[in-house]
Amino acid sequence: MPVHRYEKWWLTFGIGTLAVFLAVLGLRAFASGHTPPGSVLTVDPELIDTIAPWNAPGVYDRGDRVDVYLVGQAFSYAPNRIEVPVGKPVTFHAVTKDVVHSFTIVGTTVNMMLIPGYANEATYTFKAPGRYLVLCNEYCGVGHQFMQAEVIAQ
Amino acid sequence: MTAIRSPIADAWARRHLTVAFAAVFVGALGGLVQAFVRAGWMTLPPWLDYYAVLTVHGVLLALVSTTYFIFAYLLAGNGRTLGDLSPGGRRFVALGFWLMTVGILLAAAMILAGEASVLYTFYLPLQAHPLFYIGLALFVVGTWSVAYALIRQYFDWKKAHPGERTPLFAFMATVTLFIWWIASLGVAATVLFQMIPLSLGWVSGVNVELSRTLFWYFGHPLVYFWLLPAYMVWYVNLPKIIGGRLFSDALARFAFLLFLVFSFPVGVHHQLTEPGIRDVWKFFQVVLTFAVVVPSLMTAFNVFATFELTAREKGHRGLFGWIRALPWQDVRFLAPFLAMLFFIPGGIGGLINASYQMNAMVHNTLFVVGHFHVTVGTPVMLTFFGASFWLIPNLTGRTLPAGARRLGLVQAILWAAGMLLMSIAQHALGLMGAPRRTAFTTYQNHPVAESWFSTPIANYATMAAGGALLFTAAVLMVGLAVYLAFFAPKAAPDRAEPFPLAEAAEEGMQPALLENWRLWLTLAAVLIVIAYTVPLIDIANHGAPLVRGYRTW
Ligand code: HEM
Ligand SMILES: [Cu+2]
Ligand SMILES: [Cu+2]
Repeated sequence: MPVHRYEKWWLTFGIGTLAVFLAVLGLRAFASGHTPPGSVLTVDPELIDTIAPWNAPGVYDRGDRVDVYLVGQAFSYAPNRIEVPVGKPVTFHAVTKDVVHSFTIVGTTVNMMLIPGYANEATYTFKAPGRYLVLCNEYCGVGHQFMQAEVIAQ
Repeated sequence: MTAIRSPIADAWARRHLTVAFAAVFVGALGGLVQAFVRAGWMTLPPWLDYYAVLTVHGVLLALVSTTYFIFAYLLAGNGRTLGDLSPGGRRFVALGFWLMTVGILLAAAMILAGEASVLYTFYLPLQAHPLFYIGLALFVVGTWSVAYALIRQYFDWKKAHPGERTPLFAFMATVTLFIWWIASLGVAATVLFQMIPLSLGWVSGVNVELSRTLFWYFGHPLVYFWLLPAYMVWYVNLPKIIGGRLFSDALARFAFLLFLVFSFPVGVHHQLTEPGIRDVWKFFQVVLTFAVVVPSLMTAFNVFATFELTAREKGHRGLFGWIRALPWQDVRFLAPFLAMLFFIPGGIGGLINASYQMNAMVHNTLFVVGHFHVTVGTPVMLTFFGASFWLIPNLTGRTLPAGARRLGLVQAILWAAGMLLMSIAQHALGLMGAPRRTAFTTYQNHPVAESWFSTPIANYATMAAGGALLFTAAVLMVGLAVYLAFFAPKAAPDRAEPFPLAEAAEEGMQPALLENWRLWLTLAAVLIVIAYTVPLIDIANHGAPLVRGYRTW
């Protein structure tokens, strides 16, 4: 299969670029620990009201870091006013009691899917104080557009 | 290559086209409504749920119009290059068409009755009416039947012509249909074994993450099922339209085979922000996602080399002088050319979406909606629209009058302008955090959400203005299609608008490898096994609790 000289250049350039992109992503992921949200912890959505830590959602300050436990359900979050400190890593642990939702803090990198059957988690350090909008960006039913909360970083 | 007549395949191609354009019309109306509702320009009456409209839009445009158009095009093109359907093939096509059509009518009825506002991805544990899933299952089985007839037609031809190079069109059609077959096994599995049993009450719960993984095993190759027929227009028809020859036949085939091998083991890039799949496997599928960019790079080279070669053969010189020689006034060229230009931001956006940790910035925001309108919504659809200007009169024995050509240019430019406006707004809104699949809301006047109504570009009003242009273009296209099908001047026998089939400038030698289907299908299977075995075993081992169905609308 004869390949034109220019095509060889074009493909070398293209594949080279892709390889550089991937190297950057891979380094960020496996050297700097910057990975997407995820978890393999399973949770029974029917038992969320009765098992710890999900039966007491809220903000837990652990000194040098913060854990936030969240429960999503059609069409609200508990808690829906989340006060966190600025400058400390905050890990959001979230579950859903019913269908698929998301937990998304606009203007941050926290954007994760809540899948019934699993917990999910994402960590973020707020750099600036402010009122951050939390919304659900996965369709969950008629009231999907009303599913919101607020993170207050201070 | 002289065109062969194939009246039976043509009749079925016409039926498929009818459904495709009906779907475009209703689907586009839905798009207009969505854009206007989100901008606050209109409110829906209480009996009409935004999400029912959105379900109709996704199902009719992404699933129905694409599939029917593709089948029409493949039926016609296989007819022109391989000959007519055999009596057996004809039965499979007829059976398939009616299964698909009855299935989709059933599903549509359920959506309109408000029994299936589950969007075109119908994620569990949302639970629609059983007839919705049964309709989907009939649709998928129907597509298998049509695809079988066409694949069979190719292999029958190959057997009857030992040692000959198979026609490029039919070769590409076969790759496309294999991709559809193999991909749709995933969605069929979750519909048949999870959704239908759940909705009928045969089982009390389902594993949601398993269903999502099966769905996306299907969902990504699905986009190649849409895209490859548009590439076929660019490779096989466009060179002829501009009066030239395809730059390289062998490389075109090789690019398609790369799609066959690499389009499946990448579905997890749609699941990057969800639990249940380990980081290594997410990253692994991201790497393969980048690999499947390569055949698109090859396509870009081959198509643009064809343009340049053709213009230079006609005596145009200079580094860019040849660009002027292209037939810009011919809608059969201009529409697919504009479509190609949209694929540049489309491809780049796709790489951003697939960029592992960067995905969290855009996942399920309007950025993604902008992305698929500049991939399937324009590169694919505008190519099909442009192709309709010869396909329809070719199939109905008519000519393409100058007036229709001119209106076609208007249509293509309107669509491109509308899409430019709408998709820029959607990409920008998405980066500002605006969610997709969400009815009108200001989030209780939250300042961030209010900015989506007031900044110049990242603005729902800009999106709606683009939507209005697009809707106008869609109506014009449907009108032109009806005109070409029923009212354009009848041509003298054998003088109908031709089905443009290009020859190749460089046939290249035909390595036997390129026609070794067993090899390529095996490679595809091996990659699927490598990419999915461990993630599926993991999901089974996690033993996530089964979840009951919900109706939240
Ligand atoms: C008249 C032209 C069109 C307009 C005005 C339009 C408008 C829109 C809008 C505003 C949305 C976002 C709705 C939301 O997320 O809340 C949307 C979603 C979508 N559009 Fe279009 N669109 C048009 C044509 C197309 C075409 C030609 C295709 C594909 C062939 C397409 C495929 C989709 C899909 C798959 C979705 C996502 C549905 C979902 O999230 O469930 N659209 N469209
Ligand atoms: Cu939601
Ligand atoms: Cu994909």
